[in-house]
Amino acid sequence: VATYLDSATAAPVRPEAIAALTAASEDGWADPKRLYTAGRRARLLLEAARESVAEAIGARPDEVSFAPSGVQALHAAVLGTVRANQRRGAGLVHSAVEHSAVLQAARAHAAGGGHTTSIRVDRLGRVDPEAFVAAARAPDVAAAALQAANHEVGTLQPVAAVADQLGDVPLIVDVTAVLGHVDLPGGWSVLAADARAWGGPAGVGVLAVRTGVRWQSPYPADDGSSERLPGPLAVPPIVAAAAALRAAKDTEPFEAARLSALVERIRSVVAATVPDVEVVGDPAVRVPHIVTFSCLYADGEALLSGLDRRGFAVSSGSSCTSSTLTPSHVLVAMGALTSGNVRVSLSHATSEAEVDEFLAVLPGVVADVRAELGAAGL
Amino acid sequence: VTTPVLDCRGRRCPQPILELARHIGAVEVGGTITIEADDPAAGPDIAAWCRMRGHELVEQTLAEDGTPSFLVRRRG
Repeated sequence: VATYLDSATAAPVRPEAIAALTAASEDGWADPKRLYTAGRRARLLLEAARESVAEAIGARPDEVSFAPSGVQALHAAVLGTVRANQRRGAGLVHSAVEHSAVLQAARAHAAGGGHTTSIRVDRLGRVDPEAFVAAARAPDVAAAALQAANHEVGTLQPVAAVADQLGDVPLIVDVTAVLGHVDLPGGWSVLAADARAWGGPAGVGVLAVRTGVRWQSPYPADDGSSERLPGPLAVPPIVAAAAALRAAKDTEPFEAARLSALVERIRSVVAATVPDVEVVGDPAVRVPHIVTFSCLYADGEALLSGLDRRGFAVSSGSSCTSSTLTPSHVLVAMGALTSGNVRVSLSHATSEAEVDEFLAVLPGVVADVRAELGAAGL
Repeated sequence: VTTPVLDCRGRRCPQPILELARHIGAVEVGGTITIEADDPAAGPDIAAWCRMRGHELVEQTLAEDGTPSFLVRRRG
């Protein structure tokens, strides 16, 4: 039986979500914009899901929209905010360790004539709030983007401290790594998330825009739709995502404590049992469920396949595991070792026994990879 | 004393830092070694290796063909 330890990419879909997906596929398949009975039924389910998500993120239902993925929610959050705030300026400020969807949206903004400022992070992966605020409050800045926590190393960012000092500069916050795990930081103007991260189905992103914040869709209009984003909504997966988020919120404090203790165990046991390893990210000011480490003289792809052969699914920020053969921009920005990198991320479905099995197997897998590379004794 | 040069063109990480580790022992303490490596991970990884092993990354320049070149000083 395989042990799945890549929940930061996509957590196993929660049973509550599977039940909701089935029920909503029977009752909510019609177009919610239509006025006949089947359409109205879909509309009711959609609006109940929207209210439920709004409650979970501390927003009003009319502030919440759904996107076809977390990546597209992030694109829309960034491009829609800079577009609607052109009168403020053409600048976009973001941390160096944002999700690649934010960085790609920033590139698109720059290609369209805008300009961007990337704020460096420290060795733990955290931005300095004062440096971030100073850049964001400079003249000619339309908006700023700062993740709630880093998706690769788990370090929490000082979002609330930044928001306090930001004045009227709109703040875009990617909450994907925290929603359903710990309380959201306050102070966001525009929020984006991916339902896969809390055990919802693939194909649902959340975009929320605070009342009074300027945001304008960067896409062509969709006639007859009152939604922020174009295209028909996939009601059954949205209903399932909302059910998964309710289940996550119901068990949040208990699960946060449980997973945080398991991550603490991984951090200490890996450092003690694997020679020449660097555990990356903040050991304390972090999300409960993500831990990353890099092994000297090892290659990430070989570690991933060695672990996979023994039944463990993890991810890696090493260059050899990326389609572009470039290392993780997060690890590079932190000055961390990028080769031999492994990210372990836990979920509601992860047991203590699975973590212990992983910890028992890991030192041998690393030693095998190093022996293969001729690194033994270096 | 001349600075030895390791040619790691075309070699994927972690091979460049493995080469450094294999050759640093032959460098006198305080002496230097140059490594030329074009893997995109070589820059961050050589810097991280120097930090983890207590050596000094003196400078990063470009070789004549444009390949990144790293000057490392052995410490201890």
